[in-house]
Amino acid sequence: MDTGDRMALPLWWVPLLPVLLIVVTAGVVAVDEAAAARARGAREGLLGSAVVPLREGARLLVGQRRRTVAADSVLWRIGGATLPVAALLAAAVVPLGSRPVADLTDGVVWFNAMEVLAWAAVWMVGWGANSALSLVGGYRFVAQGLAYELPHMFALITAALAAGSLRVTDIVAAQQDLWFVVIMPVAFVAYLVSAVAMAFWGPFDAAVGRDLAGGAAAELSGVDRLVFAGGRWLLLVVAVAMAVPLFLGGGAGPWLPAWGWVAVKAGALLTSVLWLRRRFPTVRMDRFTEVSWVVLVPLTVAQALVVALVVLGRGM
Amino acid sequence: MLADVSFWVLGIVAVLSGFAVFRLNSMARVTFALLASFLAVAGLVVLLGLGYLGVVTALMMVIEMVVMAVFMIMYMMNPAGLMPMSMYHNKAGSMAISVGTFAVLAVGILLTDWPVRRGVPAPAQTYQLGLALMGGQMLTMMTLGVTLFATIVATVVLSTGRGRYDRYGDDLAAPRADDPAGGGVG
Repeated sequence: MDTGDRMALPLWWVPLLPVLLIVVTAGVVAVDEAAAARARGAREGLLGSAVVPLREGARLLVGQRRRTVAADSVLWRIGGATLPVAALLAAAVVPLGSRPVADLTDGVVWFNAMEVLAWAAVWMVGWGANSALSLVGGYRFVAQGLAYELPHMFALITAALAAGSLRVTDIVAAQQDLWFVVIMPVAFVAYLVSAVAMAFWGPFDAAVGRDLAGGAAAELSGVDRLVFAGGRWLLLVVAVAMAVPLFLGGGAGPWLPAWGWVAVKAGALLTSVLWLRRRFPTVRMDRFTEVSWVVLVPLTVAQALVVALVVLGRGM
Repeated sequence: MLADVSFWVLGIVAVLSGFAVFRLNSMARVTFALLASFLAVAGLVVLLGLGYLGVVTALMMVIEMVVMAVFMIMYMMNPAGLMPMSMYHNKAGSMAISVGTFAVLAVGILLTDWPVRRGVPAPAQTYQLGLALMGGQMLTMMTLGVTLFATIVATVVLSTGRGRYDRYGDDLAAPRADDPAGGGVG
């Protein structure tokens, strides 16, 4: 591929990216845990919450891996491992300040391709365990992914359309005067909602819902659960953080360095997403698939049309 | 050097996982073996310098294979899918056709006297591709798109058991649709 590393970070960032991402994600988990502790009235303190991801990770690492009868272990394990790998590969094109680890010419398409790997991953995890509840969870996620991929794609494409480029750094550069969230608010909201749905998070977590005793993740324990749950957190953080270069002007802002603004904006978006999750119960599958097909898809198409007219009017 | 190694690794993965489709006996594994083969081919397309086409192939194939998995397992004789079964009929015939096609194509590639490249690829390849597809062929593509969409709508309308008169009554006057499973917008 024409990697065109016009603005890519130096090569030694490649091994650093997973470490950075895992540390940031652990921080997000800790904040989420602190909020949960406050909500249930426990006095945990910030330090107490900060050790939760470490403690939980260590516990799962030494925990026994569950085996089920006639499991398809190949697909089961591959599926679990795909989730964090896909999130990391998607993160490669997200600018960590003003520059991403890989500045691909087709960054937006690459990002989306890595995101949809999660479908295959969750379905394989649900299938592999040879357990009815986890299989139902896997199928639920396929239906959810299908319903939310289209608005997600339209939102991504609308940002690329306004910038006239599929390269993420070009999209950031195109927002120097005006953040895209201003000219395409519908695409921004649709992107956030569908990003949360693609990471089966928040109110869209029916695939691993309590009514299925954990759904696709029902039979996971020990290191398998760590990889799956960690991968799901990573996917959420990466998908939400991508909204910053797409709609919020990337690292643009006064006083702080670019990476500081990316962190602030991504942190604000993540906070609102996590708040949404605590605020709303899981939405039923039959309800939200219809909302996606009947409401979100036409809205995002109309948004793309409006942006296309603006671009044409500008004479690009 | 790196390109050579990538080419051989991806090529071998593509052929082996394609062949695994015939060897594996679980519908789910067959689906994902095929997906692995497609992803390796997508990698080869990227290696050719066609970044957009390669990545879009990967994107479409992942979506397609996951949907395929659902339908293949839904329509096969053994719905649970965990019992061993092969995914093809006419084992000898299909094997002969695929291996034969592969051999013919490979021999053709090796025997052809390929021309040497003159000039350099265009700088903005994705843009050029879009121009080639949509520039002169805009009318064709628009007709194609509308035709495909009309086909999808017509197929759904013909295959659905319940139309709008079932949902909203004979004079379409019911305030809420009468659906067996309620949706989010009624």
